[in-house]
Amino acid sequence: MGWAIAVHGGAGDISRSLPHDRRQPREEALRHCLQIGVEALESNLPPLDVVELVVRELENIPHFNAGRGSVLTSEGTVEMEASIMDGNTMRCGAVSGLTTVVNAVSLARLVMEKTPHIYLAFDGAEQFAREQGVEIVDSSHFITPENVERLKLAKEANRVQIDYNAQPIQNDTKKEKPCANGDSQIGTVGCVAVDSHGNLASATSTGGLVNKMSGRIGDTPVIGAGTYANELCAVSATGKGESIIRGTVARDVAALMEFKGLSLKEAADCVVHERTPKGTVGLIAVSAAGEVVMSFNTTGMFRGFATEDGYSEVAIWSDAQVE
Amino acid sequence: MGGWAIAVHGGAGVDPNLPLHRQEEAKQLLTRCLNLGISALNSNLPAIDVVELIVRELETDPLFNSGRGSALTEKGTVEMEASIMDGPKRRCGAVSGLTTVKNPISLARLVMEKSPHSYLAFSGAEDFARQQGVEVVDNEYFITPENVGMLKLAKEANAILFDYRIPNGCETTCGANVESPLHMNGLPISVYAPETVGCVVVDREGRCAAATSTGGLMNKMAGRIGDSPLIGSGTYACDLCGVSCTGEGEAIIRATLAREVAAVMEYKGLGLQEAVDFCIKTRLDDGKAGLIAVSKNGEVAYGFNCNGMFRGCATENGFMEVGIWE
Repeated sequence: MGWAIAVHGGAGDISRSLPHDRRQPREEALRHCLQIGVEALESNLPPLDVVELVVRELENIPHFNAGRGSVLTSEGTVEMEASIMDGNTMRCGAVSGLTTVVNAVSLARLVMEKTPHIYLAFDGAEQFAREQGVEIVDSSHFITPENVERLKLAKEANRVQIDYNAQPIQNDTKKEKPCANGDSQIGTVGCVAVDSHGNLASATSTGGLVNKMSGRIGDTPVIGAGTYANELCAVSATGKGESIIRGTVARDVAALMEFKGLSLKEAADCVVHERTPKGTVGLIAVSAAGEVVMSFNTTGMFRGFATEDGYSEVAIWSDAQVE
Repeated sequence: MGGWAIAVHGGAGVDPNLPLHRQEEAKQLLTRCLNLGISALNSNLPAIDVVELIVRELETDPLFNSGRGSALTEKGTVEMEASIMDGPKRRCGAVSGLTTVKNPISLARLVMEKSPHSYLAFSGAEDFARQQGVEVVDNEYFITPENVGMLKLAKEANAILFDYRIPNGCETTCGANVESPLHMNGLPISVYAPETVGCVVVDREGRCAAATSTGGLMNKMAGRIGDSPLIGSGTYACDLCGVSCTGEGEAIIRATLAREVAAVMEYKGLGLQEAVDFCIKTRLDDGKAGLIAVSKNGEVAYGFNCNGMFRGCATENGFMEVGIWE
């Protein structure tokens, strides 16, 4: 039994014909973030610090839907959210509606550690960020041309749906334009980690759903839905927020382990394959015993994991296609 | 077994020195709400409609901490939140950061039914309210003189907590700050506003629903979200049961308390009361909270580990009870 870490960059309808130039940078980024996490664990950094560190890195990389690279609201703005949880103490922190904070996950941690509250959002959260002196930038910093395009396509897809009321047309559009297909469904980055003493932590961060209504909150900042950690396991979920909330996904993995005595893998598979609709969810999880699972019922999930015995892997689809 | 059941609450964590007339007022409101729910259930209104109806009633009455009569933020304003969940299919809706919407629970329902999302907050939620044409009023409508007074006391209590001129151990004899050493959420019980109102119902078809609404913690930071709008923490409903929680938000969130009751029923096969007792006893650590719950079999239960919870329950076979203390 040693340390273990897993990261994800979002689950969704990721087309297997995803072009190399859209695939490779993300795989590289996952490897890079995983490496950062591994080095941190090897230097005995506590898992809570490790998950924050890794998610900060993922937020800074524009290829994923968190921090820079966040998808856009229907108004073309970013509204970022995140949460973090410490398995030992079960303390947690969450933020929503951030527009200028460079690292949402770090602000979530500050909510946990510097306020009597768990969850701050919108103007209140932005004000708190300023009081704490965290790094803030103009919100244009987070917007990438890719996401401007995604929003445009999403709006067109909605219009097509309304104008023609014809699903087939929309599906064709999806096939021709891989970046509209499923890419627009990709939400969230996350990291879970356990050290060799069985200390667990989880963190998740996202820009949310493309073309979402301003003010929409997803599963990511909802403790028990997108993020959960206790003494048994740490879980970070991704996919369709509404399904993850209703399914209390992250909490259920731990609950199945605790109340039904399922193993980490059995619990994760049960939640993903039996308790949530197909095509809506993926999750990464580690157990106090150093096990790792990465389970999803979508076409793919950008992910990676590493364990102390030297094994590591980065993958997208289910038959780990890594070049 | 079978038949409808309903429970309502007006918050957990009650000042043991609460004047008798206030206790009476609270019991009357709870009774009135129960009777409203009972009529609705006898006319076969579905559970989801009943919980919304009752919580609207509780929001409109200024007595408890929701809608009108909400606790105030540190700025002296009101920010309300609510959530609702329908057991069959586990549909849900939630709102936070409302400042002008007269009935937050109804907006939460509209989020569930009329938006593609589950949870809307702050100005986005306010915009949605206007699009939906729900009743909106000035923020002042929700503010009661009583709560303005409480806010002042809460600020003073916080100041006293950090006043180093008062030697340790003398707090209880210095001034009139606390007559009772009880604290909840960092505030003396005399200024703590029991957070939240809620209602859980199972109708004659065995459908469960739950709804929770609140103004939140007295003197909270602007933008603070508690457990009430969080599905799985303050509110939960599924095929087996409906649950609404109240008390220290942090403790409820860490325990994912509402979901916990359903999870132990589902995964451990516990009955409703057993599940409620188990969760209250083992899941809260130092946290103080309470909850009400109904099961699809027409049972009703409640539990709390603090010194009181405003509550009422009734079942179709004629059982009815309203209470505050143990």
